[in-house]
Amino acid sequence: MTPLLEVRDLATRFHTLDGTVYAVNGISYTLEEGQTLGIVGESGCGKSVSVLSVMRLIPEPPGKIVAGQVIYRGQDLLTLDEAQMRQIRGKEIAMVFQDPMTSLNPVLTIGRQISEALIAHMGMSQEQARARTVELLEMVGIPQAADRYRDYPHQFSGGMRQRVMIAMALSCMPSILIADEPTTALDVTIQAQIIDLVKALRDRLGMAVIWITHDLGIIAGLAEKVIVMYAGFIVERGEVDDIYDDPRHPYTLALLKSLPRVDRSSQERLATIPGLPPDLLDLPPGCPFAPRCIYRVERCLQENPQLKPVGLHHEIACWVDVTTGREQ
Amino acid sequence: MSDDQVLVRVQGLKKHFPITRGIIIQRQVGAVRAVDGITFDIYRQETLGLVGESGCGKTTAGRTILQLYRPTAGRVIFDGTDLTSLKGNAMRHMRQRMQMIFQDPYASLNPRMTISRIISEPLRVHKLASGPEQVERVQELLRLVRLNPRFINRYPHEFSGGQRQRIGIARALASNPDFIVCDEPISALDVSIQAQVVNLLEDLQDQLGLTYLFIAHDLSMVRHICDRVAVMYLGLIVELAAKDELYDHPLHPYTQALLSAVPVPDPKVERKRRRIILEGDVPSPVNPPSGCRFHTRCARAQELCSQQEPAWRDVGGGHFVACHLV
Ligand SMILES: Nc1ncnc2c1ncn2[C@@H]1O[C@H](COP(=O)(O)OP(=O)(O)OP(=O)(O)O)[C@@H](O)[C@H]1O
Ligand SMILES: Nc1ncnc2c1ncn2[C@@H]1O[C@H](COP(=O)(O)OP(=O)(O)O)[C@@H](O)[C@H]1O
Ligand code: SF4
Ligand code: SF4
Ligand SMILES: [Mg+2]
Ligand SMILES: [Mg+2]
Repeated sequence: MTPLLEVRDLATRFHTLDGTVYAVNGISYTLEEGQTLGIVGESGCGKSVSVLSVMRLIPEPPGKIVAGQVIYRGQDLLTLDEAQMRQIRGKEIAMVFQDPMTSLNPVLTIGRQISEALIAHMGMSQEQARARTVELLEMVGIPQAADRYRDYPHQFSGGMRQRVMIAMALSCMPSILIADEPTTALDVTIQAQIIDLVKALRDRLGMAVIWITHDLGIIAGLAEKVIVMYAGFIVERGEVDDIYDDPRHPYTLALLKSLPRVDRSSQERLATIPGLPPDLLDLPPGCPFAPRCIYRVERCLQENPQLKPVGLHHEIACWVDVTTGREQ
Repeated sequence: MSDDQVLVRVQGLKKHFPITRGIIIQRQVGAVRAVDGITFDIYRQETLGLVGESGCGKTTAGRTILQLYRPTAGRVIFDGTDLTSLKGNAMRHMRQRMQMIFQDPYASLNPRMTISRIISEPLRVHKLASGPEQVERVQELLRLVRLNPRFINRYPHEFSGGQRQRIGIARALASNPDFIVCDEPISALDVSIQAQVVNLLEDLQDQLGLTYLFIAHDLSMVRHICDRVAVMYLGLIVELAAKDELYDHPLHPYTQALLSAVPVPDPKVERKRRRIILEGDVPSPVNPPSGCRFHTRCARAQELCSQQEPAWRDVGGGHFVACHLV
């Protein structure tokens, strides 16, 4: 079966005054119809740039997609022109961002913003678009949707704005919803509402979802497949249970160990990862995690490991077998 | 708990921010009831957590306890002295003993000052050290927060977020305080850096005998770092207990919902967990709901709940809660 989306060796860089930022450095993954993929990693590791590249939303200059293919239903999106890409964006693949205020137009009513997309993409009439907008607002749980149609974004709370963004993203029934940290700025109670909503809509509409976050808790409850990113590379990927029960990359392992849990009493000292995340302007030649890694061997400083299987559907990029502590 | 084990006693504390209208003659037309009558003790050398949704009054509570805001009502008794009655020199003297660490390690440090100047500021303000003694003290503080003492002449932009937070901690420690309000000290940091800063705060507490009021969003980290935890909703504390008691046996419906919303990094546990999804947002603190302020979102609300405010009481063993059903 051919996947719905296949990303191959994608690489994106930014040419800035300080030098070249190696934001995404050759990542590959696939997404099947209706599947949920989680992308986790710390801030600055290239999560947003990787999906903005898929959507062809990288500001160019300073950015540039320097290599790779993004194959959606058999078509390489990186070869399309802007007009063709506009047909894909929103209609086939839709995106929800971390800060809804930056993606909503502050001087247009909520209703108008959604219905205009429906008129443009779906060829609906004014009345059809209006009725459908109210339906969508109801679907994402905005109370008194018909009355709130005429409200402006500032009249909505952060959680409600994020619901509006989801309504807008869903307006054209996309096959893929990309959610880039949509709940990071929200309270846990509102985050739970949004996750619940996306899960219900995903199951009802059969969309595939790519959910980006730095929170390993969210991904545990939401994703089937997980990608762990570090310094613009995928360092580990696998089925959700493999990643959490049997993490094999030293970074994933250390990250999971450093997290306290709400459901467990903890007396011990937290495990820490020494040092700092790397500077993407100046990546070391070997493994990007080497300066912070307790498993490091000589080879790690010279050669950057490629992804290789450690189980069925489970891959890591590491020279060492963490179960034995020896070079594999 | 006996009196001498209490460092900070907060009694009926309120902070209202006036809402005014009019350009020339300002009239007060209402008030934001950010903190609306909170009562609790903070024990010596403990870490008391303060949690709740955004806007519920955590920062305002912290700042009002430190007298950075003048309270609208109520008292704060610090080591036996009523802070609300202190003035001038007596207050300045007391201030040395209470400090604050802020959420944003970028905004809270003056970008034009060297690290040395930033950290020594409390030493100058309180006239605690000058000249070579001051330099020595700054170096000692840097070592204490595990930064290289050679950094003293650098500027904030030369440091990472975690390092800047250490500088903020060093500044807070300069006047040898007993009590520190930590207002979301790790929220702005990367996941892998958060554990480093939390361990540092714990070590400093052991080493220097500090007492913390720890304000945070991350309920998992609060369970790790705190001894007791207080849950705030719309300007009031609704529940307070020892941490394991609170997390394992939450009694207030709001605490139950809040805890159930926190995701656990374990797919097997997540599949089995039941979430209590709260409807809607926190109501406005300008016109809080009548009776129990949580009744508009509480799945267990009864008729009584909208009419009468539930009393704040100890239901046994220092587990405090305000709910009609408990
Ligand atoms: N200086 C002020 N003037 C007027 N209103 C204020 C002021 N400071 C805070 N408020 C209001 O008081 C309420 C409590 O605010 P506070 O900052 O204490 O909340 P918080 O619990 O710390 O929230 P967060 O988690 O977002 O930091 C909010 O409604 C806020 O808008
Ligand atoms: N418009 C831009 N110009 C220059 N550098 C950028 C730009 N956008 C992102 N970057 C850099 O690319 C890297 C990856 O960023 P990003 O994908 O946003 O990280 P995150 O994983 O937090 O989403 C970072 O080093 C970031 O500073
Ligand atoms: S390749 Fe080497 S340095 Fe990199 S994660 Fe593996 S053991 Fe650590
Ligand atoms: S007093 Fe009533 S409304 Fe308030 S928390 Fe208890 S049951 Fe819910
Ligand atoms: Mg991002
Ligand atoms: Mg605050």
